[in-house]
Amino acid sequence: MLIATLRTSSRLALLAAVFALGAVLQARGILPAMATYRQDVVYLIRGHLWLAAVSGLLAILIGVPIGILLTRSRFRLAGLVLAQVVNLGTTIPTLAILALAMTVLGLGAPSAIFGLTALTLLPIVLNTAAGLRAVPRHLVEAARGMGMTPGQILWQVELPNALYVILAGIRTALAIDVGTVPLAFLIGGGGLGELIFTGIDLMEPAMLLAGAIPTALLAIAVDWLVGQAQFWLVPRGVNPLR
Amino acid sequence: MIRLERLSKVFGTVTAVDGVDMEVPEGEVCVLLGPSGCGKTTTMKMINRLIAPSAGKIFIGGRDTAGQDDVALRRSIGYVIQQIGLFPNKTIEDNICVVPDLLGWPRRKSRERAAELLSLVNLDPALFLRRYPKELSGGQQQRVGVVRALAADPPVLLMDEPFGAIDPINREVIQDEFMKLQAALRKTVIFVSHDIDEAVKMASRIAIFRDGRLVQYDRPDDILAHPKDAFVADFVGQDRTLKRLRLVRVEEAMMADPPRVQAEDTLDTAVALMREHGHGSVVMVGPRGRARGQVRLEAADGRRGLVGENHEPLPGTVLVGDDLRTAVARMFEHDVTWLACVDADGFYKGYVTQRGITHLLGATYGKRS
Repeated sequence: MLIATLRTSSRLALLAAVFALGAVLQARGILPAMATYRQDVVYLIRGHLWLAAVSGLLAILIGVPIGILLTRSRFRLAGLVLAQVVNLGTTIPTLAILALAMTVLGLGAPSAIFGLTALTLLPIVLNTAAGLRAVPRHLVEAARGMGMTPGQILWQVELPNALYVILAGIRTALAIDVGTVPLAFLIGGGGLGELIFTGIDLMEPAMLLAGAIPTALLAIAVDWLVGQAQFWLVPRGVNPLR
Repeated sequence: MIRLERLSKVFGTVTAVDGVDMEVPEGEVCVLLGPSGCGKTTTMKMINRLIAPSAGKIFIGGRDTAGQDDVALRRSIGYVIQQIGLFPNKTIEDNICVVPDLLGWPRRKSRERAAELLSLVNLDPALFLRRYPKELSGGQQQRVGVVRALAADPPVLLMDEPFGAIDPINREVIQDEFMKLQAALRKTVIFVSHDIDEAVKMASRIAIFRDGRLVQYDRPDDILAHPKDAFVADFVGQDRTLKRLRLVRVEEAMMADPPRVQAEDTLDTAVALMREHGHGSVVMVGPRGRARGQVRLEAADGRRGLVGENHEPLPGTVLVGDDLRTAVARMFEHDVTWLACVDADGFYKGYVTQRGITHLLGATYGKRS
């Protein structure tokens, strides 16, 4: 009851804050100014989404198998080394990765996609491995004792039981990915970063916000979408949401 | 059915199983018993090759398991573990059908089998087939765990402390259910346990392990009556004789075809009958032979009248199919030294006495010593 009241009131407070912000922006003339970038925004969102989609997809296609390999017993040693490498990778700032990628792959989308993929990879790898490790050993033992092959154990027992955690990793990773795509502009990758960084350089808040607000909204939308996938794809028996 | 020959397993420098020889005949329940770390679980897991033996051979139905494909072998052996191991991502139906699906059974056949098996353990298929394991209680889950192992009708069943994690009341119920199933299905069962009471209840043979060695392999009654050494005697407990009560049916200790009187007999007849048999009391039966009451010698002696007017209620009866533990418990309960034995319909079949029971247990002890 109390929680429900709190939830309703915080929701109302949020609405009020958004309304107040809109009123202030309108009064300062920023909103009308932002509206003038409408065509740019629509065009740039396409590029932004394309970058995020390609890098995100690549990260999933590379990250999930790596996560699986990390948990296979015959790769235990290699797994530890690989996990350290991936961990080290995150300590390198995103900008540095982009700059490094640029020196090798040159300006443009390919190096942007490389950098973004590398960045998105980590949470996916770690969560896949963590999810698989959390599958109770006795389930694997029961599966083996009943005569499942290692492949059948992976597909029928380990992955379905780890899916929720794996998708949680993908959810975080993709939200970070979408939010980081603006940096791609710095190496000529395109996307909403064009409005954001140009806005900063020209000290033009309307332009900056015309890039930043859609970026934030996109990140929220992607997070929501993967959340839905989590709700519907994970089998009911192991889904804490259902 | 299952034969182990000089079976050994060495982990590094530790010998977990040391030269075990044993044979389990078809249709019997063999309980591997011992303290933790005695090698019983390792022995069991070598049978379905979850653990590869270091030395020795295992034959199932005359075939050496070493020559067979591990996966095919495991699909032909039912497996139940203590943690139950139902797959939480699968429905009860799909869980039961795991092995049939692996074997490529037609879907209709396996699903019909799942429903049939569920009703065997008193779970309503209409209610449970579509549920997920988390929606079942522990006892219900383990019932599903057992029928899952039976799904593809394997001749051999391996059970690793299957009822260890269930509360005592439910455990008794599930054990009884399993015994009923087993009586009908006659599987060859290898059952790992550390509970001597469970072993005595379920086993047709008990194998006692210590430090990887098979110490004694015998029928439960022989283990209790003639423990081979101090370790076995200690393991089965100081009260091993009391445990044997559980293994003997009332029928076996009962004096059959006992003297009896009917309501229209005179007390004189009853007294004469008691004197003749040296009894202190005699049971009165109804016209068709149901036990109705008793006449005591000290109450009837010197009095006149009919049995029907002078009988007293029976202090307690016991079913011929009950075990002696029940009989003795009832004697203590009613403070008597004998009990009338009746069958399920109440017909008077005989009587058991405390002396008769002690004599029977003592006789088995004397046999070998």
